Amino acid sequence: MVNKGIKRLYTFLIFLFLYAPIIVLIVFSFNNSKSRGVWAGFTLKWYIELFQDANILKALYYTILIAVLSAIISTIIGTFAAIGISNMPGISKKIVLNLNYLPVLNPDIVTAVSLMVLFRFLRLDFGFTTMLLSHITFCIPYVILSVLPKLKQMNKHLAEAAMDLGATPFYALRKVVIPEIMPGIITGALIAFTLSVDDFVISFFNTGKGVSNLSIEIFSMTRRGINPVINALSTLMFVGLMIMLLIINKRTEKNELEKGEIR
Amino acid sequence: MKMKKTAYPYVLWLGIFIVIPLLLILYFAFTRGDSQNFSTFTFSLDNFKRFFTPIYLKVLGRSVNLAFISTILCLIIGYPAAYIISKEKVSKRNIMILMFVIPMWMNFLLRTYAWLTLLGRNGLINSIITKIGLQPLDLIYNDKAVLLGMVYNFLPFMVLPIYSVLVKIDKSLIEAAEDLGANRITVFSKVIFPLSIPGIMTGITMVFIPAVSTFIISSLLGGNKYNLIGNLIEQQFRWTGDWHFGSSMSIILMIFILITMAFTSKFDKDKEGGGGGLW
Repeated sequence: MVNKGIKRLYTFLIFLFLYAPIIVLIVFSFNNSKSRGVWAGFTLKWYIELFQDANILKALYYTILIAVLSAIISTIIGTFAAIGISNMPGISKKIVLNLNYLPVLNPDIVTAVSLMVLFRFLRLDFGFTTMLLSHITFCIPYVILSVLPKLKQMNKHLAEAAMDLGATPFYALRKVVIPEIMPGIITGALIAFTLSVDDFVISFFNTGKGVSNLSIEIFSMTRRGINPVINALSTLMFVGLMIMLLIINKRTEKNELEKGEIR
Repeated sequence: MKMKKTAYPYVLWLGIFIVIPLLLILYFAFTRGDSQNFSTFTFSLDNFKRFFTPIYLKVLGRSVNLAFISTILCLIIGYPAAYIISKEKVSKRNIMILMFVIPMWMNFLLRTYAWLTLLGRNGLINSIITKIGLQPLDLIYNDKAVLLGMVYNFLPFMVLPIYSVLVKIDKSLIEAAEDLGANRITVFSKVIFPLSIPGIMTGITMVFIPAVSTFIISSLLGGNKYNLIGNLIEQQFRWTGDWHFGSSMSIILMIFILITMAFTSKFDKDKEGGGGGLW
């Protein structure tokens, strides 16, 4: 009994540690004062100001636009790459997979500066394009890593059977392979989206000319003092993500139920 | 099935955006010249010579030291948590694991910055301390605050891989050990712990790498006086403009990471599942 109490206390303390800053953030988004640490009454004014703050809204626009674009592009390239990789012969498969691990395992800052050097070398103007290209680059490996296991689980002969029955390779891909690995593709796209939304380091080094995302905006604010408007925005985003999570959870539960019925 | 061609666009992408940039970093690291004009570059080891002087070595030492301590702390705090969760019922443990992931969805700069509200001179913790009648403590802008930030941000990276290994352990192995007369401590030290080592190794890699290369945690919670190697690289590329020196430090950082990986992959037999285990 005592043992169980200790376990409860331990997990409680860990979750307190993890959630304390988030609770502080959410509480202070309703604080009627600009200064941190002083509670001056409840207000919703930061939520109202949020929708009038041109800088933050612009950063939000770029964050979402880049996240959506890089999720779509990296999911397409990554899915096809995963299908190709799983059909490669031993050595080239190993080389491509190891290179694929590089951006995953390399520190963010090294990936960031190496891309920065590349873009300068290619004489690209830093801005929207360079940021999008760099986001796609670090998202693709995660898409591949979430699609590959699904390809491994798939029956190899399914696509062959389809082609024996007269399907063109493209038709077999569209009607047999892709539906079979769809859960992996969706996971990959979601990971790409969240990574892109949350990224700071790579964006910080590869942006320019008035293009910034929320992380960059927040970083520059930490230098001159955080505007509580950003607390309000992240509270809204947090709630939004929680709702998205609940929907996904419901979906996978339903999927699992359906799978169970088939068995 | 002849579908390997579908990977060719990505192979091209890998070449342009991953391989060539790293080669460029290597090239910059071993040359000197005007960073903006490639024709002025000449081969030189000056960047490395400059780095291997006491000032910069001290920064490297501090980065590795802080990253090492925070990795150990994450392991000490995270292992019991992963163990406790893995013993729960399926529905409950899924929720608990999700609770480790959810904080990562809030912008990590903001989460780290929120610690200033808690730890600052007039922050919540100090206001409680002064209410009791004690002197306020210096909780931010020191090494301990940076460590706290690292543990706070990277703890889930330790818990998740250990947890995913622990839940996969075959229950019959534990039962067999118990049937053969092992007590709970022996079961843990002889069966559960050795089987969880691959998860520990993945966790160590996933905490150490971001911790050793961070520049945000140190600049937010450490003030400007506690520079880490990440801060040095950032300064060279963003402010000073000496890309050659910055590149050489990136190479040194990469070497450190290769050493860590060589160390951890020795224990990690299930290599292909390693990085993917988290997802």
